[in-house]
Amino acid sequence: MSGDPHGRPEPEAPLRVADHPFFIGLDPQLTREASRLAKERRFDTGEMLVRDGDPAHWFYLVFHGKVALEVATAEKPHLTIQTVGPGEVLGWSWLVPPYLWRFDARALKPTQVLAIDGTEFRQTLANHPEQGYRFLVRLLPILAQRLENTQIQLLDIHGL
Amino acid sequence: MTAASPAAGDRFLLDRRDFSAFLTSIRTAGYRIVGPTVRDGAIVYGDIQAESDLPIGWTERQDAGRYRLERRSDQALFGYVVGPHSWKKYLFPSHERLWTATRDGPTFAVISEPSDPTPLAFLGVRACELAALKITDKVFMGGIPDPSYSARRTRVLRVAVQCGQAGGTCFCVSMGTGPGVTSDYDLSLTEILTEGRHEFLVAVGTEAGGSVLRSVPLRPPTDEADRTVTAIVAHTASSMGRSMDPTGLRDLLLSNPDHPRWERVAKRCLSCTNCTMACPTCFCHTTEEVPSLDAEKTERWRRWDSCFNLEFTKLHATPVRASSSSRYRQWLTHKLGSWHDQFGTSGCVGCGRCITWCPVAIDITEEVAALRVPPPAPTPGGGH
Amino acid sequence: MASDVPSPSPAPSSHPLAPAPYFVRRQTAETGDTNTLVLAPMDGGPVPPALPGQFNMLYVFGVGEAAISLSGDPTDSTQVVHTVRNAGRITAALAQLPPGKAVGVRGPYGRGWPVDAAAGRDVVLMAGGLGLPPLRPVLYHFLSHRAQYGRIEVVYGARTPKDLVYYDQIQEWRQRSDLRFQVTVDAADRSWYGDVGLVTARIPDVRFEPGNTIAFLCGPEIMMKYAARDLEARGIPRSSIWISMERNMKCAVGICGHCQFGPEFVCRDGPVFRYDVVRDWLAAREI
Repeated sequence: MSGDPHGRPEPEAPLRVADHPFFIGLDPQLTREASRLAKERRFDTGEMLVRDGDPAHWFYLVFHGKVALEVATAEKPHLTIQTVGPGEVLGWSWLVPPYLWRFDARALKPTQVLAIDGTEFRQTLANHPEQGYRFLVRLLPILAQRLENTQIQLLDIHGL
Repeated sequence: MTAASPAAGDRFLLDRRDFSAFLTSIRTAGYRIVGPTVRDGAIVYGDIQAESDLPIGWTERQDAGRYRLERRSDQALFGYVVGPHSWKKYLFPSHERLWTATRDGPTFAVISEPSDPTPLAFLGVRACELAALKITDKVFMGGIPDPSYSARRTRVLRVAVQCGQAGGTCFCVSMGTGPGVTSDYDLSLTEILTEGRHEFLVAVGTEAGGSVLRSVPLRPPTDEADRTVTAIVAHTASSMGRSMDPTGLRDLLLSNPDHPRWERVAKRCLSCTNCTMACPTCFCHTTEEVPSLDAEKTERWRRWDSCFNLEFTKLHATPVRASSSSRYRQWLTHKLGSWHDQFGTSGCVGCGRCITWCPVAIDITEEVAALRVPPPAPTPGGGH
Repeated sequence: MASDVPSPSPAPSSHPLAPAPYFVRRQTAETGDTNTLVLAPMDGGPVPPALPGQFNMLYVFGVGEAAISLSGDPTDSTQVVHTVRNAGRITAALAQLPPGKAVGVRGPYGRGWPVDAAAGRDVVLMAGGLGLPPLRPVLYHFLSHRAQYGRIEVVYGARTPKDLVYYDQIQEWRQRSDLRFQVTVDAADRSWYGDVGLVTARIPDVRFEPGNTIAFLCGPEIMMKYAARDLEARGIPRSSIWISMERNMKCAVGICGHCQFGPEFVCRDGPVFRYDVVRDWLAAREI
């Protein structure tokens, strides 16, 4: 079941924060600020984006490809618990003390992202509380959905 | 009597002293008579060989969780109400073989259980029990007819009896099923016991009913007997031990799965299944495979089951209805609610058996009354 | 006098609840605990016609019966196909039957997927775990009448890659251009390059025209509940969402009482239900 039969060729156009679904509709000033802090990055299949325990300086807006979030257990050193694809955001650890990653993230296919400097962006949100609030309101439903998915996964529904 | 059989709608008087002749006539017509008899301190249904098998001079006192036989001051044949048995035990036996399969080379052959061809005469069927028969008919014969039930049912002679008294847990008036016998009978008897007189008013409901009367000494009915019978039924109707408002019960139950009353009743309920075994309409059953030791032959049995059993809803090793409250809720919601959706009628006929035979005296009429009280609205900002 | 009493009728030659003898034509392992059985009638006759979504009662001589969904091509009248998880006494006995051995079959029973109501519409099939086998007949149907339907989107979720059934066939389906078949697992090791996450997490990526779509869901109740909610949020009305329920079954004809779900008998009124009809019961506990 590997690969995506509906895979699209990777476009050459530069990635823009304003085109990412997460930022669509957010305050233009915030989008501009994020753009200022963004760096385009490419990861080859198998390359690590994030390592468990490292400082979480960045977060990633995924535009193309697929990233596996892995946790390590005694029996399984690389257990994938979620995949993140185009249109999704990877990483919240930059918002939560002590700002360390809690999982590994590894590209499952050639992946293009915009990496945004979370340390700086955190300061931006703090300096503009109203926009910061709107950003968090945008973020919260996604976190709530993740939490619900985790709860359902804990029920091991397919094991019934 | 003329040679012609009495017809539906005909009415006669039968003297008490000719009751044996009446039984003989039924038996001569080929029926095995089953009816009330005293056994183990209760009036149960069993084979009636002679009128002396009937509970002559007995009655019972019933209340929630209580049943006691008592002597009557007279020699009434049908001076009791209903006991722990119901007629379903004949049509839908508690344990019954459905078929037998034998190995036949690489394959197997199935032989249906032959049905006992002897027709049954149910003697002393009360109005609520006639209603129960109609209900189980819908269950077992409404869709694909169940072969064993329908083979027996189509040959049953229903000799009904109009109740001369109400029991302590009776509420047929509330459920609209009695105490008067108005339809769905082959013969209907009313026992008249006044000073110096002991006789039965016999009403013929069907041709089959009329045909068993042909050799029985009968007299034409009198106006006085008719008036007495009317008074008997009216008196019974006015002395019900319980009552239950059936209005809107379906909607009430189906819309209250979270009513706090379920938890309260579950604190008392033992999940003993008595109510479902005694209920004349409860039809749930399970199947059992009984292989021979050499594995060459195997039998499929059917056995009464109950929604109060934990195993009943087991799915992937886990019961769906694990709590006692959910099982009581299922029973009551089905009986009084979803039964309407499934069979176009309530599943309750108001016989009171579930109240009498509950070891902890849970009373269906009391539970329904409690469920009619709306649950307290959640406090805004309170709780969780 | 005796003529007034209905004469005893002879016992019916076959009981409506008696299984017909079939034999195992083939048994293949799908996963560690799940097998697919191909069964054909002992007498060489045709199998009774069945609708996608219906089930049979499968019987092992001397052991007992279990309700199992039909999972083969509904137009094949020579055999029935059942995918069975070894999860109890009877299914364990089924899993041990080699080719040639007898299996009893009675059915088909129940109401299936409303394939006719899907005509002219986009179709979303969502399966969780062993929910794919009951949906496979409907997929066969759609593909053999492909022109009658709009987009066909399938999302299939399993616990791990090892728990995926019909693996090779899914590879073929994924190559088709007239069908989009997404697979996701709850957890995986590094040999898996597909999606990881709940089936519901794929819903934002499923393509359909909300006002003209029908969705068929089959899987654990909680999965169907969340999937239905999320499909509704994407604009598919409740009345266009159908789910397949599972309950303890003994008789399969609505007289044993075991499979009741609210006012419904799952065996007779289901197993496929329109979501708006059963939504309240799904929301309540221990129904």
